[in-house]
Order: sequence, then C-alpha cells, then structure tokens
Amino acid sequence: MSKDNQILEEFTSSEYKYGFETKIDTDTAPKGLNEDIIRFISAKKNEPEWMLEWRLKAYRHWLTMEEPTWPNVTYPKVDYNDIIYYAAPKQKKQPKSLDEVDPELLDTFKRLGISLEEQKRLTGVAVDAVMDSVSVATTFKDKLADLGIVFCSFSEAVQEHPELVKKYLGSVVPYTDNFFAALNSAVFSDGSFCYIPKGVRCPMELSTYFRINTANTGQFERTLIVAEDASYVSYLEGCTAPMRDENQLHAAVVEIYAAEDAEVKYSTVQNWYPGDQEGKGGIYNFVTKRGICAGDNSKISWTQVETGSAVTWKYPSCILKGDNSIGEFYSVAVTNNYQQADTGTKMIHIGKNTKSRIVSKGVSAGRSQNSYRGQVKVLKRAENARNFSQCDSLLMGNLCGAHTFPYIDIENSSAQVEHEATTSKIGEDQIFYCNQRGIDTEDAVALIVNGYCKEVLNQLPMEFAVEAQKLLALTLEGSVG
Amino acid sequence: MSTKSAKAELENIFNTHFEDFEKSLNGLSEKSTHEIRKSALDSLNHIGFPGNKHEEYKYTPLTRQLQKNFRFERFASTGKLKLEDLKDVPFYNENAHIVVLENGVVNTELSKVNGAQGLGIMPLKEAFKQNNEALANNFGRHLFAEKDAFAALNTAFAENGAYIHIERNTSVEKPIVLLYITTGSGELTYHPRNLIVAEENCEVNVIESFTSLNKGNAFINQSSEIVVEKNARFNYFKLQNESESTYHIDNTQVVQHRDSLFNAYTFTFDGALIRNNLNIALEEEHCEAHMYGLYLTHGKTHVDNHTVVDHKEPNSFSNEIYKGIVNDHSKGVFNGKIFVRQPAQKTNAFQSNKNILLSDNATVNTKPQLEIWADDVKCSHGCTTGQLDEESLFYLRSRGISLQKARNILLHAFASDVLEHVSISFLKEHVEYLIHKELD
Repeated sequence: MSKDNQILEEFTSSEYKYGFETKIDTDTAPKGLNEDIIRFISAKKNEPEWMLEWRLKAYRHWLTMEEPTWPNVTYPKVDYNDIIYYAAPKQKKQPKSLDEVDPELLDTFKRLGISLEEQKRLTGVAVDAVMDSVSVATTFKDKLADLGIVFCSFSEAVQEHPELVKKYLGSVVPYTDNFFAALNSAVFSDGSFCYIPKGVRCPMELSTYFRINTANTGQFERTLIVAEDASYVSYLEGCTAPMRDENQLHAAVVEIYAAEDAEVKYSTVQNWYPGDQEGKGGIYNFVTKRGICAGDNSKISWTQVETGSAVTWKYPSCILKGDNSIGEFYSVAVTNNYQQADTGTKMIHIGKNTKSRIVSKGVSAGRSQNSYRGQVKVLKRAENARNFSQCDSLLMGNLCGAHTFPYIDIENSSAQVEHEATTSKIGEDQIFYCNQRGIDTEDAVALIVNGYCKEVLNQLPMEFAVEAQKLLALTLEGSVG
Repeated sequence: MSTKSAKAELENIFNTHFEDFEKSLNGLSEKSTHEIRKSALDSLNHIGFPGNKHEEYKYTPLTRQLQKNFRFERFASTGKLKLEDLKDVPFYNENAHIVVLENGVVNTELSKVNGAQGLGIMPLKEAFKQNNEALANNFGRHLFAEKDAFAALNTAFAENGAYIHIERNTSVEKPIVLLYITTGSGELTYHPRNLIVAEENCEVNVIESFTSLNKGNAFINQSSEIVVEKNARFNYFKLQNESESTYHIDNTQVVQHRDSLFNAYTFTFDGALIRNNLNIALEEEHCEAHMYGLYLTHGKTHVDNHTVVDHKEPNSFSNEIYKGIVNDHSKGVFNGKIFVRQPAQKTNAFQSNKNILLSDNATVNTKPQLEIWADDVKCSHGCTTGQLDEESLFYLRSRGISLQKARNILLHAFASDVLEHVSISFLKEHVEYLIHKELD
C-alpha cells in the first residue's frame, strides 16, 4: 500500500510532469507553408531530387483537399500558415556517439525518464529520440547493424538506403490518402526508419521517443517499418510535449509493411500535453497509422495507450492482404477535462482465412468526449474471414460523453463478424467493496480502471506497461467526486 | 450524369411541382399548416438531396437511383381500384378497422371503419379542411424537415394520407389496418402522410401493409408522425412486401410521453429499394420502447433500416432487435443510433443486429452506434454477421435431417426471435407464410 500511496502522492503534486521546456537553441524555418518551405526542408536535409519531387507532389495534392469534418471532435480551425514546419535542435555537427550530444538535450530525455545512456545499459532497448522534428540520437545502432537490421532516423535512411525508402515510402499510406497524410508527406522533417531483413528476429525492443519542444511548431514525423519474410520486430513509441497555452499540431504518418510470415508489434504510449483543466492549450494529434500484411501468414498488432492530447484523431489500421494473416488492435483511450478523442481502427480483410481482433477500452471523465470509430470490412474473396470486436466505455462524472461508431461491411457469406459494446459507469458496489477493505475511493477507481484495461495493458512490453498503469492513474486523478 | 447535377435537377423538378401543388390547394394555402409546407420546401432546397458521400445515405445511393428511374412528371392518380382487386390483398377480410389507401389517398368507399367509441379515422385532407385542432398542433411539429431531404419533400407535398385520433382512456379493440395499394401503370410517385395521436391511457394496434398492383416503377415517399401520450400503449406494425420496381422511403417519427409504451415491428420482404427511418424520441421519464425488425431479401432488393432512439429524460428503457437473412444479390443495411442525453440518467438501452448471409454476392453493412452523455446508464449494442452455425447444422444432420431441411429449421428459428413478439394472430400467420415462401 505504501508504494501505491507514494505513486499517488507523486501524481497529486504533478499535473503534467512532462510540461517543461528545454532551453536549446533551435534552427527553425520561418512560419508558413509554401513550396519554398518544402524546398527549404528538403535542402536542409540534403535530400535527393526524387524525394523533393515526392514532397511537392504531395503538397500540390494537399492544396486540393479539404480538412475533414466528420470526426466527432470540435476544435478551432488550424491556420496552416501559422505553423513552423521545421525546427531542429542546433548542433554543430552530427554526433558520433552519445558523449557528443548536447548535455542539455540528454538531460531533457533524462527528465522524461528515458535517459538514453541508462536505457542503453540497463534495458537493452534501442531508442531513436526525436525532438521537435529531428531525430537526435539513436542507440544500439551498431549492434543492430550486425544482424542486418537498419534502425535510424528517416533522413539518414534517405541518404543511406534510398532504394528501400523509395520502394516502401507511401506504399501503405499514399500521399493522396487523406488531408493530414498529404500534409505530412509534404513537410515531414524526420522520423524513424526500420528494416528487418529476411528471417531475422530483432533481439530487442526498438523505440522512438517524440518530443515537441519549440513553441508554434508542428511535428510531422514519419515512421516506416519494413519487415521482410519471417522476421519479427516489436516497436515502441512514446510522446510528450511542454505545457503551452496555444495548440500545437502533430500530424504523423506510420507505415508498416509485413512480408510473408513476418510479425510486427507496434505499441504506443501517447502522452502529449492535453491542455489545462479549462481545456486551454494542448496538442492536436492527427495521425495516420496503417500496416499492410502483404505476405501470407503475416501479423500486425497495434497496441495503444492514449492519455494525452487535446484532440486525438487516429485509426491505426491493418490491411489483411496475405492469406491467413492476422491483424490486432488493442487500445485504451482515456480522456479527462476537455480532451476529445476520436480513435479506433480499420480492419480490411482481403486474403483468405484472415483474422482480426479489436479490443478498445474507452474511459471518459471530466467534460471530455471519447469516441470509438472502427471499420471491419470483409471483401468478396476473403473466404472464412473472422473478426471479433469489443469496445467498452466507462464513464466517470455526468458531463462527459462516450460514443461508438462501428462500421461493419460484409461481402462474403463465409465471414463471421461479431461486435459488442457496452457503456457503463464504475459500479457503486465495486467502490463500496474496495472502501470496505480500506482502499480509499481514488485508489479504488485506479484499481478498477486498471482491471478494466488489463486486457490491453497486458499486450504492452514490460517497461511500458508499468508506465502506462501510472499514467492511467494520473490522468484520472481528481475525476471522482 | 454526375450526382451533383442529378441532385440539382431533382430539386428543380420538385420546386416546379410545388407551384402547381399550391394552386391546387384552393384557398387552403393561407393556413398555418401551409407555412410548414413552405418551410419544408425551403429546407429541402437548403439541404438538398443526399449525395453518395452523405453519411446517412452512404450505403443507399438513393438520389442516383431516383434520377435514373424516374422523371417525376406527375403524381400518381387514383380511382382505378375496385373491390375485386382487393380479394387477394392480405388483411382486407380480417376483423379489423380497414383503411384502404390507393396511391396514398384514402378510399372511403372501400375502407371498412366500424364505428368505435373514442376512435376517429379520417383522410388527412379532410382534417386539413376541418381546421382540426390536434392536427394543427402536431402536423410537422415532430418530424423535422431540416434533418432529412425525403421527410422535407413529403412535408412539402403533404395532403393525402390518414389522420387517426384515439381519445383518452380508449382501448381500441380491433387493430387498425392501413392498406397501401399502388395501382396504375407507368412510373408513379406519391407522398403519403400520416398523423396518429394516441391520447392519455389509450391502447391501440396499428398495422401498415404495402401491396403493389401496378406495373412499372413506383416511388413511395411516406412520412408518419405518431404521438404517444402519457401512459398510452401503442403497437405499430409495418409489413413491406412490394413489387421489384418499387422504391420506398419511410420516415416515421414517434414522440413518447411519460410512462408510455411503444412497440415497433418492421417486416421487410420484397421491393427494389426500401429505406426506413424510424425515430423515437423519449421526451419524458419512464418511457419504454421496443423495436423489432426482420428483413428477408433476395434478388436485387436493397433494404436499409435506420433507427434512432433519443433518450432525453431519466429512467427510460429501450430495446432493439433487428435480424436479417440476405440472399442472392441483395443488400441489407442497418444503422441504429442510441442517444442518451445528459439529463437521461438511469437509462437502459440495448441494441442488437444479427445477419445471415446466404450468398457471396449479398452484402451487409451495419453500423450500431451509441452516443452517450450521461454516466449512470447501462447501454450495450452488439451485432453479428455470419452464416449458420456449423455445429447446429451437424447436430441436426446427425439426427437424419437433410442439409436443406436442417438449414431451413435454423433459419426459421433465427427469424422467429422477432416474430414471436407479435400478438396479432392474423398478422403473425401471414408473416410466417411469407417467411416460408422466402426460405423454401
């Protein structure tokens, strides 16, 4: 109990503990968006001609698109010309090892609880840290290279593995896909690239840490994961941002390509700054994530814990193209105060005997609105497709909302698709039971919520699971009463 | 032709029609009810016909279909229906209050309304003429034209249909049957409009049944407003079994008051394209609403059921079960919405949609949707789409029952879930007969 109390105390004293800003000189582009800015970003990154062309094509397409209004969220219109599209921590030259990285920067990551050095030594997780828009440090690169695994920042990949980037970039999320994917394709500044060769099982968790630091910047990173035949990789992603009154835009794209027999597991703990208790400030998290099970017997699994952001709008999806491929989606979305989340998944069954499983747990508190939106689509030739979806919502307080929008489109008679959803509040009897045993109400709520989310949290890698549990308790703190 | 110009063209046609329609009203166009018509037309011009990206009509591209199949030169005429035509029309000879509507117009000669105390049935046109007070208070007040283009279209041209009024403390013993019969040849359009007011403590059963005796394409755009007052009990049955060239859109808006009970049953069999919008507003506390639906489709039939239950006040209960068996090239669409507004604490709302696909060319699109703003609620929804359970089939076959027979037994069992709630025996028998016909 004493340990729990300590955790609780830790959280009562801090509302958003990642809300500091690091005073690091940054190299920024002027505000606004036009072809010159794109050329500027591309030139800064020393990109080849084809890359610039691709960006410009995306930008021209973006100009013809309209911002989507169908999500169940409301936010003031984003002025796309009032955003800095490129901000990089200033460094004299490329660091060769961690010792050369700006100590201030390392300190930032230490405060975030992802001390690069420490992680390197203790946990054996390879980390690629992205601050504002630029990847600042990647650990364990050499060790991974021995196995033929490429794990580096996106801009490095463009320089060193252009053929891979050229082949897979935009193959899962084309720049024409949607408004934010097009925007990202035009202005993305960095991100992570990961390539697992044939038959290799990645021995450690790969991890990216995203941090927005500079004011008025948008973060547009791009992650591309390619898993060749019979390979395996588990990938983690975490995010934080300083507390600011204005809203900041985060529009990322994640693409996963899984070849025959490959398996990719992608876990996210998203903890962007959610805005203060009056709903002021916070990150707009408009992300496109999609994986394709291109080969037979491949598997992609998404796990997400969404606790941050003022507005979240994301649907990690799986295209199950290969026969016998499997897609999974496990999600916990917690909203408090004025947060809004519209999140869910898409499972597109194309191949035969494809299976998908969706477990979504929403928790809403305060005045927040939490929506699940998902699609399960079984195409005509997807024989024996199987889907099970479960999306539950938990409501705390009478000013919040929980919404469910599942779309189920079936074109094959051998498909078996089930969807179930429930909405309820934490039972008074449950709380009473805990109280009776000397657990106070706040702890009881944390206990019950953790139990409710267990199915999803169990999917997370160990290091993240602990962090995620703490986060849940923190986000919901003060919401009972 | 692109959808955009198709939409504009449809709107144009109806605007011209409206001018003719106004002239035909002969002095009645000065009334307040006519203002509602005019504002409905404005709404229609404002929202326009739904395009193929419209969320509510995503799976049912109505505008394109209408554009393709209709020229809307005139509204359907009447006077062709004879007594002998009715001998094969289901329910005409049952012991009930029979209202015959030919192309949406009440035929008083063929109708058989036996005088019952506290029950008033008259053509809607008549009620408009009489300055009926309940009509003025309710017409166009519950069905919101600005929400749906077809409801707006119906309201703009509302003239014919049935007006039914059940006085307080009346228990209407015999069911009221509205027989809609489409007659004539060539393409037909009509917009039947009903208003049913069930006053305090009354009890009533209303059956609507649709039959086609026509040749050619028909577009029926029907709207109904139903008011269920305090402590009233209302059973509402709808049977849609029409010709394969009938396009049928139905908007039904139900308003329930304190302690009332409303049961809706929708049975859909044949038709080219059928779209049902069933909206129930639970305005006050302790209301109870049940919605049962069954659709058995084959050929190219397209059935779309959209339902909304809006819980506005605490302590209400709603339950919904829709089941579908979809065969051949047909398509089944279901969209159920449950809204629980912030004051509606202690709401219980359940929803389920189950589908069986019998053919690889058939499609099911379902979207069970919950939107909840209150915390002390119990809500759940579920939907399944699949085929017959292998194990159940095996069980039956291991007992010497042929595959065909075993499938039939299971499909009947699947459908009977909905049917067993029907209390009117002649209706139940007829639906059973239709199920047999469809499955065997």
